[in-house]
Amino acid sequence: MDSVDCKIVNQLQEGLPVCARPFDDVAAQLDIPVDELLARLQRLLDDKLLSRFGPMYNAESMGGALSLCAMQVPPDRFDAVAAQVNAFAEVAHNYERDHLLNMWFVIATEHPAQAVAVISDIEQQTGCRVYDMPKQEEFFIGLKLAV
Amino acid sequence: MVLSELDRELIAEIQGGLPLVARPYAAIANRLGMTEETLMARLRELQSDGLIKRMGVVVKHRALGYQANAMVVWDIPDEDVERVGALLAAETCVTLCYQRPRRLPQWPYNLFCMIHGRERNAVLRRLAQIVEFHGLQQLPHSVLFSGRSFKQRGAHYVAREDSLPRSAHG
Repeated sequence: MDSVDCKIVNQLQEGLPVCARPFDDVAAQLDIPVDELLARLQRLLDDKLLSRFGPMYNAESMGGALSLCAMQVPPDRFDAVAAQVNAFAEVAHNYERDHLLNMWFVIATEHPAQAVAVISDIEQQTGCRVYDMPKQEEFFIGLKLAV
Repeated sequence: MVLSELDRELIAEIQGGLPLVARPYAAIANRLGMTEETLMARLRELQSDGLIKRMGVVVKHRALGYQANAMVVWDIPDEDVERVGALLAAETCVTLCYQRPRRLPQWPYNLFCMIHGRERNAVLRRLAQIVEFHGLQQLPHSVLFSGRSFKQRGAHYVAREDSLPRSAHG
């Protein structure tokens, strides 16, 4: 990533306007041609530096459910259990973390009832208890990650 | 607010990402058989109602050099969570800050924040400064660095296989 890429990422973390030619506005702010902006964005996506460019949903307002879940997985079964958990389409990401609760993943579903079912399926398949910790309150974050 | 069938189609159409063309909303509108104006008006409504927070990018912290990704968790008296949560969220290195339920006895922590940094020691130094500056020494907390990352993608709320571009599965 060069300095122009960094500026693009920082600018777009603030959001793309909803207007007929939104990239023109962003390109003008960055003082680059719009074709260059689009080409660079495509490359950042292709190179997997960005995972997605699009709407950030508020799952709860859409009636969906988003929950952070943790499990205590025996170290010798960790990879096998990770494969079982990741096979669920509802699991959005999954991290190994250094704690007794060593596997942390996010479950995103269209309806809360589906999350309950997924958790129960995961427990049944893996034999590990799932501790789910849905958010109760979100504290406002002002600045985004500067790259 | 109730989502119409058209809203659901719209959400399914864009959840994998916006097309990278000069008029992305016109391209989506075309696929959905509506006008660009109608689609933009609906998107603005979905944003003002808070269903869509914004149109933006999801960065891959690790690929961008933020290798140290710490989940810092705190056990805060319930009546004090609001205050401490707001303090932490205002710190520039904190990228997420949520109150979540404790799961006793295994998990005593009720406030979660994410701190990203280029390496672990930098994250720990920053955390120490935050604790010192805000006088949080008495509050039990723990730092969980991430090890391997197995799956990282945007969440999908509406299933529609044919509309998911390949970048959504990355």
